[in-house]
Amino acid sequence: MDVDDFLKEKELETGDYIKIEKDSKLIEGRVMPSSKGNKLVLKLNNGYNIGIELEEIKLKEKISSSEEKQKKEIEIEENEDLPLISVLSTGGTIASSVDYRTGAVTSQFDADDILANIPELSKYANFRGKVVCNILSENMEPKYWKEIANSVYKEIKKGVDGVIIAHGTDTMAYTASALSFMLETPVPIALVGSQRSADRPSSDNVLNAISAAKYASSNIAETAIVMHAESSDNYCYAHRGTKARKMHTSRRDAFRSINKNPIAKIDDEVQLLDEDVNKRDEKSLKLKDGLNTNCGLLKFTPGLDEEILDKYCETFDGIVLEGTGLGHVSRSWISKIKEANKEGIPIVMTSQCLYGRVCDRVYDTGRDLLEAGVIEGEDMLPETALIKLMWVMNRTEDLEKIKELMQENLAGEITNRTKKQTYLI
Amino acid sequence: MELDFEELGLKVGFEFHQQLDTENKLFCNCKNYLIEDKEPDYVFFRQLHPTKSELGEVDKAALEESRLNKVFKYYGYEENTCLVENDEEPPNEINEEAIDITLEISELLNSNVVDQVHTMRKIVIDGSNTAGFQRTALVAINGYVETKEGKVGIENISLEEESAQKIEGDLGGEEAVYSLDRLGIPLIEIGSKPEIYSPNQAREFAEKVGMVLRSTGKVKRGLGTIRQDINISIEEGSRIELKGAQELDLIEDYIENEVIRQLNLIKIKEKLEERKLKEIETIRKDLTEVFEQTDSKLIKDKLKNGKVLGMKLRGFNSLVGMEIQENRRLGTEFSDKAKKASGVGGIFHTDELPKYGITQEEVEKTRKKLDCKEKDAVILVADKEEKANEALDAVKSRAKQCLKGVPEETRQPLDDGTSKYMRPLPGSARMYPETDVPPVEIKKQKIKKIKNNLPELIEEKVDRFKNEFNISQQMAQVIVDSEKTEIFEEIIQNFNVSPTIVYDTLIGKFSELDSDGFQVKKINDQHLRDLFELLEKDQISKEVIGKILKKVTQEPKKQVKQITEEMNLKSMKKDTIETVVRDIVEEKEELIEDRGFDSIGPLMGVIMNELDRRADGEEVSEILREEIRKKLS
Repeated sequence: MDVDDFLKEKELETGDYIKIEKDSKLIEGRVMPSSKGNKLVLKLNNGYNIGIELEEIKLKEKISSSEEKQKKEIEIEENEDLPLISVLSTGGTIASSVDYRTGAVTSQFDADDILANIPELSKYANFRGKVVCNILSENMEPKYWKEIANSVYKEIKKGVDGVIIAHGTDTMAYTASALSFMLETPVPIALVGSQRSADRPSSDNVLNAISAAKYASSNIAETAIVMHAESSDNYCYAHRGTKARKMHTSRRDAFRSINKNPIAKIDDEVQLLDEDVNKRDEKSLKLKDGLNTNCGLLKFTPGLDEEILDKYCETFDGIVLEGTGLGHVSRSWISKIKEANKEGIPIVMTSQCLYGRVCDRVYDTGRDLLEAGVIEGEDMLPETALIKLMWVMNRTEDLEKIKELMQENLAGEITNRTKKQTYLI
Repeated sequence: MELDFEELGLKVGFEFHQQLDTENKLFCNCKNYLIEDKEPDYVFFRQLHPTKSELGEVDKAALEESRLNKVFKYYGYEENTCLVENDEEPPNEINEEAIDITLEISELLNSNVVDQVHTMRKIVIDGSNTAGFQRTALVAINGYVETKEGKVGIENISLEEESAQKIEGDLGGEEAVYSLDRLGIPLIEIGSKPEIYSPNQAREFAEKVGMVLRSTGKVKRGLGTIRQDINISIEEGSRIELKGAQELDLIEDYIENEVIRQLNLIKIKEKLEERKLKEIETIRKDLTEVFEQTDSKLIKDKLKNGKVLGMKLRGFNSLVGMEIQENRRLGTEFSDKAKKASGVGGIFHTDELPKYGITQEEVEKTRKKLDCKEKDAVILVADKEEKANEALDAVKSRAKQCLKGVPEETRQPLDDGTSKYMRPLPGSARMYPETDVPPVEIKKQKIKKIKNNLPELIEEKVDRFKNEFNISQQMAQVIVDSEKTEIFEEIIQNFNVSPTIVYDTLIGKFSELDSDGFQVKKINDQHLRDLFELLEKDQISKEVIGKILKKVTQEPKKQVKQITEEMNLKSMKKDTIETVVRDIVEEKEELIEDRGFDSIGPLMGVIMNELDRRADGEEVSEILREEIRKKLS
């Protein structure tokens, strides 16, 4: 018998408050949802949950039924002097609340909920909330990038002073990169999330959200990821959307700018760290959301059979390689790359080193790769190169044109000088 | 004061917190020990934000802690703190060794173990847990302990993570510093029902639970490794939680003193009723000008960038100064609450003035300014205006509680057996499931195995040692209470040596060496086995044990045998001893003739020195007696 049958048989529901007998002792508690199914989980009056063997339970009485919880409305006063910011939610848990009666944690999406969770935000701006989608970060897809880009576009068109996108952190950098290519923006666009869930008092969501609000009110009209700069709750960085990468599974400061300084340090004030940025209202709003999503990323590993490239060429219209070192794959791949090139399939080379610039002119293999038609991805992140290739291939199918665009800086994804102090920061 | 606790309706309950001596911490693979006197390897800062529940409830205690926008500073150590303590990585599964110890203790305390253990997050936002919650899991319920005055129920036994240790920053400050080495050490929490009805019974109960815990041999020993929260109430009073009492000897005092405090607070309530005070009436004024020329150094200092505020408390004259516990007055309670709420250094009240450099004239001016009648009291605070006002607000709210008698609160036990205000009683714990840690099934088989292998209780062991080894009750008690119980028993069973000598070595010699600054923890069980083997074989005398152990603490890698040889401590052959004794007897002929057998005392010292103590004293004494007899005859 599993717990569902047990509850059905006894005419009980999750949330009911019951009294049972076990080991000839009485136990009172509230029926909780059970994950494993072979035990009845009760929440005792002292707050603890315990699991009880179904066979050993003698139900004495149902004391009360589950109560519907009521949501508390909050009132937020708006301040006319503050900027107006749109908060778009995609399903990250920047805000959530806990029902201590049942132990349930609910993620919350609308702007009021976020303000209720982080009341400090109201000091920095007035907010409008909108739910774009409600998915876990790992379930993100290019079609949602388009939806998000369109929503941002509409919000900016309506005249908001900045946009904040709440996003799960796993694939936040991909979305940030996609938005960077899809949107030319006169206002700041911040992607923000939390590495430690919002239901815990130690969550990084408060500092991240406040910093995102400061960034979204600033004069920097760039798409950026705003997250903790350190393990401490001290300040945040705004990382350029095309240069940011999640470099740690769990730390608060997981996001790093690779091969470029962060755009800004966000402390009490927003402090510019990179002069090379678009200012507010410098560009006019443009949406270019077309993507050829039929592009793939392939990581070369020692001994990886070149046949794999055939499979990739059968599947994809364009391919980004993550090569070794300066941008290499085994010599045995060179003829396959030549063939691909003949078929008009662009092959872009990036490096699994992540840091530094691809340069295929140094070694023979590299020179042969160039001759075979490989496009050097400069100092682009492999993931950024993939998204850029999708974007570029929606615009042109001409291999030469693709090559030209892939090597031109479109959205801050390529720098023309490799600066010394941009390594491991 | 003779107190009839039954008449007063005294009810006491305990909550014990005992650190477990596991190898690793509860939710990560960091080692389970505290770092002593070391600079932290890294430091980080965090803020905690209480998450409101959906019903909008905010815990009173939590609110008081978080009212100030506090920054917490944490010290980390590469050797035993990791990203789990830093709240930067999900916890591992719960430590199985800790679960097993908890099951053993649950069985010893006659409790029912749950079938499936669920780890919960208990919200704690004073900074002592980096996550803002403490992970805790209920393992057993419905136990009991027998005492002479009746059964005391054990309500719950939980396994939880120890908090980080606060090393700086009093509550109320703007920054608190915590050390992370303690965070995550497994802690067993044992909560009793409020079924203790006298201070004696409380003491007996606490001793018994402590005895059971130590009987497992798997709990930490030493200062701070066990803490007790004592819940005390009398019928007319309220429930008070004394947080973190460590001294067993003070338990009766704590309870008695708390009863006295509650009785006195009830007396104050009655006095206020007599004075027909139905609500608290106050008048507050800036009295800075009264104190402009004051001689009070305390006030003068504060006036540099502050003010003196006065608050009239109508009807409180002589009550603020009333002693409610030894050396503690109602004014002390006011003051503690004010300090906690606002961070002021303290308050003055007219019941204690003139004093602290404040003159009678200033007191009179103060009373006049506030238009005081004879029955009114005045509270004075000197500080920045905002802080002073917060302090007076706190005093006013505490005064309000006087109308009802005893406020429920958490109090901090003090070394003299009294206590002071710490914070409001925490509301019912706010808990929700720790979804990062899967529930643990407790198999019936496991329980059975633990039941069949329960350790001998310390009180049983004391009796057995007394009878089997023929040692005194006190010696048995000491050895069983020590950490040397097992090796003591092993040595006596394996070697033909006197239990008294083993006792003297393990207890006496160890404490001597320890107080002389030698690191006795370097002496391991193998050293001791080797030592007593040599003694059994007469290769060393008991007189050199101290010397050998001293050397072992310095060179613990060496074997005892090697040390004995290198230090030339092997016992001398009997004929060598005889020769030495004979030589000395010849030399001291005069003394012997003079004093006869009374010369044994002084001669023993000389001979043992000559022998370098490498001989058994009794044996030498016998040889000496024989030689003297020969000499005298």
